[in-house]
Amino acid sequence: MAAGVAAWLPFARAAAIGWMPVANLPMPVAPTEKNKRQDELIILNVSGRRFQTWRNTLDRYPDTLLGSSEKEFFYNEETKEYFFDRDPDVFRSVLNFYRTGKLHYPRYECISSYDEELAFFGILPEIIGDCCYEEYKDRKRENAERLMDDQEDNKDAKLPNMTFRETMWRAFENPHTSTMALVFYYVTGFFIAVSVITNVVETVPCGSSPNMKEVPCGERYTVAFFCMDTACVMIFTVEYLMRLFAAPSRYRFMRSVMSIIDVVAILPYYIGLVMTDNEDVSGAFVTLRVFRVFRIFKFSRHSQGLRILGYTLKSCASELGFLLFSLTMAIIIFATVMFYAEKGSSSSKFTSIPASFWYTIVTMTTLGYGDMVPKTIAGKIFGSICSLSGVLVIALPVPVIVSNFSRIYHQNQRADKRRAQKVQKARLARIRISKTGSSNAFLHSKRNGLFNEALEFTSSTEEEQRLNKSTSLLESQHHHLLHCLEKTTNHEFVDEQYYQQSYLDAGLQNYPSRSPSLSSQDGVTGTCCTRRSKKHHSPLPNASAPAHLQPLKHTHTHQQGLQELSTIHIQPLSTSRSSLNMRVDEQAPLNCQSSQITTAIISIPTPPVTTPEGDAPLPAGPTHQNVVKVSAL
Amino acid sequence: MKAKNRDQSLSDSRELDGSYDQLTDSVEDDFELSTVCHRPESMDKLQEQTKFTKKELQVLYRGFKNECPSGVVNEESFKTIYSQFFPQGDSSMYAHFLFEAFDTNKNGSVSFEDFVFGLSIILRGTINDRLNWAFNLYDLNKDGCITKEEMLDIMKSIYDMMGKYTYPTMQDDAPREHVESFFQKMDRNKDGVVTIEEFIESCKKDENIMQSMQLFDNVI
Repeated sequence: MAAGVAAWLPFARAAAIGWMPVANLPMPVAPTEKNKRQDELIILNVSGRRFQTWRNTLDRYPDTLLGSSEKEFFYNEETKEYFFDRDPDVFRSVLNFYRTGKLHYPRYECISSYDEELAFFGILPEIIGDCCYEEYKDRKRENAERLMDDQEDNKDAKLPNMTFRETMWRAFENPHTSTMALVFYYVTGFFIAVSVITNVVETVPCGSSPNMKEVPCGERYTVAFFCMDTACVMIFTVEYLMRLFAAPSRYRFMRSVMSIIDVVAILPYYIGLVMTDNEDVSGAFVTLRVFRVFRIFKFSRHSQGLRILGYTLKSCASELGFLLFSLTMAIIIFATVMFYAEKGSSSSKFTSIPASFWYTIVTMTTLGYGDMVPKTIAGKIFGSICSLSGVLVIALPVPVIVSNFSRIYHQNQRADKRRAQKVQKARLARIRISKTGSSNAFLHSKRNGLFNEALEFTSSTEEEQRLNKSTSLLESQHHHLLHCLEKTTNHEFVDEQYYQQSYLDAGLQNYPSRSPSLSSQDGVTGTCCTRRSKKHHSPLPNASAPAHLQPLKHTHTHQQGLQELSTIHIQPLSTSRSSLNMRVDEQAPLNCQSSQITTAIISIPTPPVTTPEGDAPLPAGPTHQNVVKVSAL
Repeated sequence: MKAKNRDQSLSDSRELDGSYDQLTDSVEDDFELSTVCHRPESMDKLQEQTKFTKKELQVLYRGFKNECPSGVVNEESFKTIYSQFFPQGDSSMYAHFLFEAFDTNKNGSVSFEDFVFGLSIILRGTINDRLNWAFNLYDLNKDGCITKEEMLDIMKSIYDMMGKYTYPTMQDDAPREHVESFFQKMDRNKDGVVTIEEFIESCKKDENIMQSMQLFDNVI
């Protein structure tokens, strides 16, 4: 329940007057305010700056420092105020949280000091409002990354338990982790360079052979070049295989861009080996050699900048696409125009529209080779329009791409989309949690509420206080309101899980009840009960509760000293079959050895629903109505 | 509470508070909705007209103003506020009926005066006052008697607040049955409607109802 509407709780309770005349059942007792105080101002002195607020405002969040009795530790008797030796600027946000129910993150604050203050005052950062949450998370992540980077620089020692494979992978990815890795890094870099230079030099004409024809070096020193090529390819192959072996996820590695480049770099050689010196395929063979130039891309492993550039181009794909599209449109338009304008001219080079494409491109990019020029006047006019517009069309998308590049470069490869998705998911998760939180709180406290009522009967004050401290007055009033609604409609709130279970049960009416002795027998130990009573929502006074809930069956005694309440025992209608079985079994355990047991009997008339699965016996149940016995140890 | 007319509220606020309300002088029609700002009558007057003490009025007003800085609640915010108390069900219909009951002058918004008058009757009124108020809530068309259809609407709205996850599972005719039993109890002369006299008489005879009416004494 939001703190802001806590003030409207009296109104909501008053509005319940509409339920009273239609309810058939009596209403539960309202929670009384013990030592009801008038709302008073309290002074919070934070490092000299005095803040004042109503006590009620702070009581809205009882699980924080200011809302609980923990603040009494800071109470200064002489000055009658609460003194905190903390940062007053951050305290402003903290106090505003109590006032408005929304926690804001001031942008000028350091993230770690803010976190410390929140931790001190017992406030979870997750409840920061939507307006400031993004900023908070960003700053937090930046900080964490900075810390991580610092740590990584210091991290020289190898982790002790790394396998050989993991070591290898680490060596491949971070060359500066060990000397071997560094050596490997430089060696591969060297061979990539050698391979690329070889490819280039191969085509240089080097000296004339006796038969007066200039041959490229590749054909003159075939063997040498072939050996060089083989050596490089062998090194690349070995490197690729080693990376493949060391990769933690081979499938993912094979799909990655770098590995594809590696494969493309070495494949032509192997294909060349496989293919014989056939006339037909030699053309294809030549084409394949072109792919050898892809080896140069292997350098991107060695250069961070290249990777960023590649990433930028990938992320600017839409802008590039737009540029391409607009250029294509313009080219087609102008080529058509030029073709028809130059059609009249006699020795026109504009033989067809596709032939005019070349002219248009060269003109629009302001290259102007001059191999095709318009000769007619109309052609010249349109040609000049073409070159002017070319400047515009190209100049417009380019700044977009440039700005994109600079943005990404500065962000250093952070994947924006992935982050946005996570934030969105986290936000939805938070909203969902807060929604279920409030309804769960009621169900949870219903259990406690009955215990409280039971204890009131015994009028033992210490136990009462111990259990009461978990729910504030506001909460208990809210729960009383919901309880009244239950009484009015004669139905109960349950959580989704329970509802589905009972739904199933309704279909299993004739299923014979399980013997509860199963769980009761082994339930005598303390751990069993504590575990279970914490987990389950025990059903409440509407006694036709389904039996499959295990907690019901723990009718046993706890060891002395356990202040934890055992579960609620519910006796079904005596007409139910199972109850007869139960009673026999369960006599003994509840005749408690503990001297402190007190039982409160709350009898509630219930609608005549027979569930054969009723269980949970009563040791000495004199009443035949549905009763709820709450045992407190 | 004064009318929404700008000039009138201007002069009235001058008269009451002796202060000059800048907002009512703004001539920007676009922002009229957001600059509407109503001030309640003075505390002394409210204290005379209701049975709350000054302190209680202060607490109430603080809460009221916190949620509705503009000074009035419209039906949407009313429903939103009320739904915060019932996370599991759908309280909008019941909130609508409540709104109708609180909005005594039928101008589509509940001001602090309306709010406090209603609360005063419920929390500090006599049994008769409370029962009257409840009758007024049920009587949707304010014709002096509750028909079965009206009661059915009210009952459905109450059951809607429970939501889906209830034990035992909510049957579709649960409201109708409840209405039948209600009419059984209340409708003395079996003419199919419940008049105010029948209502008050039957309620007074019912112990449960009388007891639950006592609950409201300690709400504030």
